[in-house]
Amino acid sequence: MSDGWVLVIGLEVHCELRTTTKLFCGCPNEFGDEPNTNICPVCLGLPGSLPVLNQMAVELAMAIGTALNCEIRPSTFHRKNYFYPDQAKDYQITQYDEPINVNGWLELPDGFRVGIERAHMEEDTGKTTHIGATGRIHGADHSLVDYNRSGVPLVEIVSAPDMRTSAQARAYVSELRSILVATGASDGKMEEGSMRVDANVSVRRSDAEPFGTRCEIKNLNSVRSVGRAIDYEAERQIALIEAGEPVVQQTRHWDEDAGKTQVLRSKEDAYDYRYFLEPDLVPLVPDAAWTGAVADALGMMPAARRARLADLLEEAGQLSDSRLEQVTTVVDLGLDDLVVDAIAAGVPAALTLARTANEAAADPEAARRLDPAPYVTLLTMEAAGTLSATQSKVVLAELLAAGGGDPALIARAKGFEAMSDNSLSVTVAEAVEANPDEWARYCAGEEKLAQVFIGQVMKATRGQANGKSVVAELQRLRG
Amino acid sequence: MAGARRLTRDDVAHVASLARLHLTDEELELFTGQLAEVLDHAADLAQLDLTDVPLTAHAMAVTNVLRPDTPAPTLDREEVLAQAPSVEDHRFRVPRILGEAP
Amino acid sequence: MTPSRSAFGLAASVRSGAESAADVLDGYLAAIDTRDGEIHAFNLVTREAAREAAAAVDRKVAAGEDPGLLAGVPVALKDNLCTRGVPTTCSSRILDGWRPPYDATVVTRLREAGAVIVGKTNMDEFAMGSSTENSAFGTTRNPRDTSRVPGGSSGGSAAAVAAGFAPIALGSDTGGSIRQPAALCGVVGMKPTYGTVSRYGLVAFASSLDQIGPFATTVTDAALVFEVIGGHDPADSTSLDRPAPRLLSVLEDGMEGMTVGVVTELLDGVDADVAARTRQAADVCAAAGARVEEISVPEVRLGLSAYYLIAPAEASSNLARYDGVRFGLRVDAEDANAMNTATRSAGFGAEVKRRIMLGTYALSAGYKDAYYDQALRVRTKIIEGFDRAYRRCDVLLGPTAPSTAFSIGAKFNDPMSMYLSDVCTIPSNLAGHPAISIPFGTGDDGLPVGVQLLAPALAENTLLRAAAVIEAAAPEGEGRG
Repeated sequence: MSDGWVLVIGLEVHCELRTTTKLFCGCPNEFGDEPNTNICPVCLGLPGSLPVLNQMAVELAMAIGTALNCEIRPSTFHRKNYFYPDQAKDYQITQYDEPINVNGWLELPDGFRVGIERAHMEEDTGKTTHIGATGRIHGADHSLVDYNRSGVPLVEIVSAPDMRTSAQARAYVSELRSILVATGASDGKMEEGSMRVDANVSVRRSDAEPFGTRCEIKNLNSVRSVGRAIDYEAERQIALIEAGEPVVQQTRHWDEDAGKTQVLRSKEDAYDYRYFLEPDLVPLVPDAAWTGAVADALGMMPAARRARLADLLEEAGQLSDSRLEQVTTVVDLGLDDLVVDAIAAGVPAALTLARTANEAAADPEAARRLDPAPYVTLLTMEAAGTLSATQSKVVLAELLAAGGGDPALIARAKGFEAMSDNSLSVTVAEAVEANPDEWARYCAGEEKLAQVFIGQVMKATRGQANGKSVVAELQRLRG
Repeated sequence: MAGARRLTRDDVAHVASLARLHLTDEELELFTGQLAEVLDHAADLAQLDLTDVPLTAHAMAVTNVLRPDTPAPTLDREEVLAQAPSVEDHRFRVPRILGEAP
Repeated sequence: MTPSRSAFGLAASVRSGAESAADVLDGYLAAIDTRDGEIHAFNLVTREAAREAAAAVDRKVAAGEDPGLLAGVPVALKDNLCTRGVPTTCSSRILDGWRPPYDATVVTRLREAGAVIVGKTNMDEFAMGSSTENSAFGTTRNPRDTSRVPGGSSGGSAAAVAAGFAPIALGSDTGGSIRQPAALCGVVGMKPTYGTVSRYGLVAFASSLDQIGPFATTVTDAALVFEVIGGHDPADSTSLDRPAPRLLSVLEDGMEGMTVGVVTELLDGVDADVAARTRQAADVCAAAGARVEEISVPEVRLGLSAYYLIAPAEASSNLARYDGVRFGLRVDAEDANAMNTATRSAGFGAEVKRRIMLGTYALSAGYKDAYYDQALRVRTKIIEGFDRAYRRCDVLLGPTAPSTAFSIGAKFNDPMSMYLSDVCTIPSNLAGHPAISIPFGTGDDGLPVGVQLLAPALAENTLLRAAAVIEAAAPEGEGRG
């Protein structure tokens, strides 16, 4: 960021809700089905059809509001009128001046709080494919519309303009994504469009000045592009102001390949949406019993889950920065319950965390389905030296692929007979004999040289040995 | 009060464009006069002081009408597409679109 | 004119096996063949489907199964009610040829009750009008005098019942579109309480005002049809979660002890002969033991202006979907926007365009508060006015329309004078209350006059009890029809 400038960033995140059916009809809410197969009179906007609100969508919206510390209020739906081929009725049903969730906040991992102005329900549009040389809207010959996505439930989460750096914006999107996954409201798949981010960016000389003119950036499909687009846009605005030119209020499109934002339209093109109360739907007035039940059903949120693991590591005296990163990984992937279960069963905290954040995380969906019992058994075998780290990783991969099993049986089938202490001491002795200088330095107290002997032993045993057992043997020989 | 100003041809042309209607000059002239007459009649409402009167958008006060999140039958794709003016690749075909959605 | 038979009697006859549904149907189809060329009540007569439905009823009767409350009763449907696989046009070019992939809830309920659907009736395009002249397929003529309009917008349904083409028809009433044509054609027309009849499958004009209701030759028949089509429908969020109404049992309970308010404002500006019939109907109520008093509901005067902002505003949004993309007419053009515009400009008639523009204006930035929101505040005042009246009265009485049927073309080029035809009926739509028009003699020109009864929300039982009393005492033999 150029010196002497402050960014002001607010984010609007559209989240597709993981319901079985659409917001206002019983059509399946499925991504990737054959075009125009999940359609009915309602989501196709046929004459005479009427919307009826999906209870699960409301409860997921309330869960999001609860997780974001919002006030859950009586709400209504409006029609936002505009013509566009992917908008089946040529109006969108959305919450306008009476949204279900208002006035919340989200705390970033570093403790910074971002205000949440509102989180409201609305329906998604159909999907347009542009046919022509470029495949983009510009220069297309014609377009094709698939209404499978029409009417899919969305919650739009609007932050306050509280963020001051692109790093905060990235952290906000990551944290929000984790929260949305934790509530069960979203699969968090930004690449499939189930989370879509728009950023409002402006710059000013200091926080004491009024807000500068803002631009809205659309098409941010990853945490990385959120950061890149904001940095680009801020530099663009700063360059304009420093050149004595005004920033014009615009909606801009982020071109990931070019690394640039490009103007879509300016404020003068602002559309007159003619919002009015949707006469086909009635107000939603959740009572305390209902909001309470939704809150009670909500599991722990990511921040609390990270704190829970950090506490366990601290108790074990194993807390470090790199392990905190592993904590974030396992919580983001929803694998923290596995870690907690294993630690409770007596497996060393650091080992559990490492296996989960590295190996289990390679296939998070399989890991989330994994029964904790065989996982605990496996890690216990590794901790006891019955299996080497390498063997343990192989068995874990097998467990994940098969969706469970008996680790001892898998190890035996793989030929992972634990080396006897006798044969191990012979191999260690051979390694000591082959590296006399290193042995002398090790005996003099250079502990890290143990790695040399572990490497030699592993090589000789093709990974069958257990590193901890090797160290134990070295220490025995050293006396 | 907005209603005090009489409806102009430009107002009608703007509204027609919002509503995706093309009007000939004759239609514009005719509709401007006719709509202005209706709005003049509505001016009696604007005279009323109803500042504290709530808005009634629904005739009957009903709340919390919800349906369970269970799938219902979808329409047969071929039956639906048979009704469409233009179809390609099982999708609704439209002429090129000049701009992104507003 | 074909002597009218009641649906009630006809269904009883078919159910008992005294006559077959097929024979009944043939009689009505013959009447249609004889005279609908002149009247043009129908956009489409569904002969074959009707014959199949009648045969199915006859098979049920023969098998000893219950053929339903409306067994073998021919019913005409306004052409804004969706019928699966059968063209539903709203009398608009923009829907020409569209075959809905589903039935409206009321259509399903009629079929399940053994009714035989004979066709789709002409209407003002998208139900916007009071004369059925705004149809893309030609004007319907009033069977009582073919130089006159049948009223509208459900003019085809009213004419079908008046001409004896069907004992029952369904219409939709947004600002009087059932009651006003019923009055002008000399039949019974009822607008139920908003939310008592499902709107699912009714092509929307103004969603917060639209209600489906029956045309019939008797109050009993109207009650019977209301029992069949009414009741909760989970597909319509505004459908009231109440059991289907049961009204037939109360129809003969009379008016002893009721209080009837004759609404002063509803008689303002009404033709003298119509006003006289209204007062005569009040006398009938008094003779039946009701207390009759004049009552002022001044808010009612504001109804017309509020209606002509609210209904067009909702319509401008409801009619956006006719864009040439998914169904119906398309007029091709270079780009999507131009195609939308070309399609809508060619597909909608002048009255529909007028109302879309009026509604778009009423909702647009800078004008919404002064027009649309103000109209919604007035709506609140009108409901308060009725509430005050109903603290004193059980039902209210007034004329249905300011005049008898006017000549074809008389108001066609003067929208404001046409809009005034709805002045007596609109307040009930704004309040969501039930109302019914009952034929009550004729005017000075020998054409039918309808008197209107209004009742509070969900008081259909009171409404129909009073209607039955007025019907029984209606002057006869004065018309030339």
